Amino acid sequence: MATTYRTCPVSGLQFEDQAEKLMRWNAVAGVLWLLVGGITALLVILTRWPAIKLLPADQFYLILTAHGIDMLILWILFFEMAVLYFASSTLLRCRLATPKIAWLGFWLMVVGGIMTNVAIFQGESSVMFTSYVPMQAAPHFYLGIILVAVGALLGTAVFFGTLVVAKKDKTYQGSLPLVTFGALTAAIIATFTILAGAGILLPTFFWSVGLIKEIDAQLYRMVWWGLGHSSQQINVAAHVSVWYLTAAVIFGAKPLSEKVSRFAFLLYILFLQLASAHHLLSDPGMSAEWKVLNTSYFMYFAVMASMIHGFTVPGAIEAAQRRKGYTNGLFEWLRKAPWGNPVFSGMFISLVSFGFLGGISGVVLGTEQINMLMHNTFYVPGHFHTTVVTGTTLAFMSITYLLVPVLFRREMILPKLCQIQPYLFGISMSVLGLVMMGAGTLGVSRRHWDMAFSGAPFQYEWPGAAYLMMGLTGIFGVIAVIGGGLWILLVVGSLLFGKKLDGGKVSNQPTPIPPSTQAASAVAHGSDHVGVPGTVVLALLLFVCFVLYYFVNWKYLSEVWLLS
Amino acid sequence: MSAILPPSDRLWWKQPIDKVEWAWIAIAFVWGMVMFVMMIYWHIYGKQNLSNEAYKTTPEMFAAKAEKFIAENTIRTETDQNIPVVKVPAGGDGYLIARLWAWYPILELEKGQTYKIHLSSMDYNHGFSLQPVNINIQVIPGYEHVVKMTPTKAGTYAIVCNEYCGIGHHSMLGRIYVK
Repeated sequence: MATTYRTCPVSGLQFEDQAEKLMRWNAVAGVLWLLVGGITALLVILTRWPAIKLLPADQFYLILTAHGIDMLILWILFFEMAVLYFASSTLLRCRLATPKIAWLGFWLMVVGGIMTNVAIFQGESSVMFTSYVPMQAAPHFYLGIILVAVGALLGTAVFFGTLVVAKKDKTYQGSLPLVTFGALTAAIIATFTILAGAGILLPTFFWSVGLIKEIDAQLYRMVWWGLGHSSQQINVAAHVSVWYLTAAVIFGAKPLSEKVSRFAFLLYILFLQLASAHHLLSDPGMSAEWKVLNTSYFMYFAVMASMIHGFTVPGAIEAAQRRKGYTNGLFEWLRKAPWGNPVFSGMFISLVSFGFLGGISGVVLGTEQINMLMHNTFYVPGHFHTTVVTGTTLAFMSITYLLVPVLFRREMILPKLCQIQPYLFGISMSVLGLVMMGAGTLGVSRRHWDMAFSGAPFQYEWPGAAYLMMGLTGIFGVIAVIGGGLWILLVVGSLLFGKKLDGGKVSNQPTPIPPSTQAASAVAHGSDHVGVPGTVVLALLLFVCFVLYYFVNWKYLSEVWLLS
Repeated sequence: MSAILPPSDRLWWKQPIDKVEWAWIAIAFVWGMVMFVMMIYWHIYGKQNLSNEAYKTTPEMFAAKAEKFIAENTIRTETDQNIPVVKVPAGGDGYLIARLWAWYPILELEKGQTYKIHLSSMDYNHGFSLQPVNINIQVIPGYEHVVKMTPTKAGTYAIVCNEYCGIGHHSMLGRIYVK
């Protein structure tokens, strides 16, 4: 098939014509969904802020459903499709396999996303992101999600096909680059996640049109979380790949050990699907043995994987910086990092927030008995706003500062604001996550319109601290929305008005990745080995926080009513 | 040379792993084992474990059992809706219905006594969230969950519904008295 290859003069990255168009369209579609998700986020925040309480109950539950779907499914999936095409066609410098199927997948996702949103905004599908049966949405709510899933599955298949093309055309030698390997794990997880999703959403769709009489409510929860949680694992694998990508592009960092980093990715594939069980820890239908097994052996191997990446990503940066001569003290490498470059600052805030806040809270939340303290409280969204937002979304935002010049060939406008944006968004969102967890620790419910329980036969007054936490949630939520809005403004503004950049040389043939030289190979063999003491200190700090917070929660648990 | 290029060493899997990395992997592994053992330890020595006792049921079957329990043990009614206040026999069984949008009935317990509280839903998923104690249990239609509870302090407690159950979700508030 006739296609062309463009070599970006700034980055040296090579873009195949079809892959480039697909990346752009997917990224732009993702940004538009983020815009819808951001507007709904503002409305949710302004309603849960007790002093404001903007929306009436029915609109609040509708908007909250839209917020979950548009952010967790649509914004992230579209962007991930762009990441998959980048990690395959661009990094391996080959043509994209079957671009027509990739376009079909794209349009299926567009149609499905719009269909589900239409269902939500018609008002008959305020069932939340989880859509637990027997609460029923309109049939096109489920059908839209199914179309999105099929579209994503096609995109994933194109990714796999592209890996085969690269191998066959010999555009690289040896093993896949680590970032592509990470994307491959994301794609493998995506495949079985989407199949689990089909396993529950197809019957639910048939049930909504009357072809199936009943779906067991407990069974639904179990299979649905095979979709709902595993899809977050796609995000983790994708954003960890983006972390490695950023470290490579900004610092020329190479992994401390290919073996360790790849093994950690492999653990994600093997264990995270089973760890979805931690959503069912307070459910009646499963035994304690089942819960402990699935959340310990299985989940802790995935936790271990994240702890490994949490060490090797900053470790790779430290090693690269020390090779450049930033060797004073423990942290000169970090102090002298390019904090004014939003690609780096966003990535590093993402790493820290995901590790310290999202990671620790997630493991504590996923402990069988401790889960009873937090299940379905505001702690849960607090947790996942520090995984999927400060982790995934912020990583995607920061890499976009790189993609706009190299992929869209536009200079970013307003560079000062670009510098500020990752701090504004990353820090406010991290604080937001913290105060949400604080409110949840005091018992405040998630997905709840009214802390004052208007219309209830009794009164219950939450502690004053809970109101304080919800007020802070409001304030930091609004700041975070401003930070996210600023990113959309900067990106869309740059795409429309940014200075056009030279696209670089276009060729009919891909230029293969040159094989690594003997010299490079010798260098890699450890003759330039440097220690990473700063990273060791950071990792130990994480570990101490982890252990303390974990046992504090056992202490809280020991103080509640006795249960057996 | 970097994470976006193929490993410069073709035989990357033969490269030794640095001691520091091994140490961190070992810490992560041991910590995972500690967390695993903690859950089992708590099952043996801890006093807050969620019951494993659960049965398949139907809304009709569960409602019939609950109505019988209410008829036999009601001591008074409260509020203008005449919600029965039911004294659960010490050491005995109590039933709590979750439905759109109420917890029914009001239960009265005694401090230090152990009760078997049966939870089920008549319609959608609900969330039993006992406040201000902060114990949270999922309530699922078609499943009867028998939870053994021992209140440790007297007072008036609220049951908040913390699983979204439709437009009246936020008004679904129940009550438990502990004497």
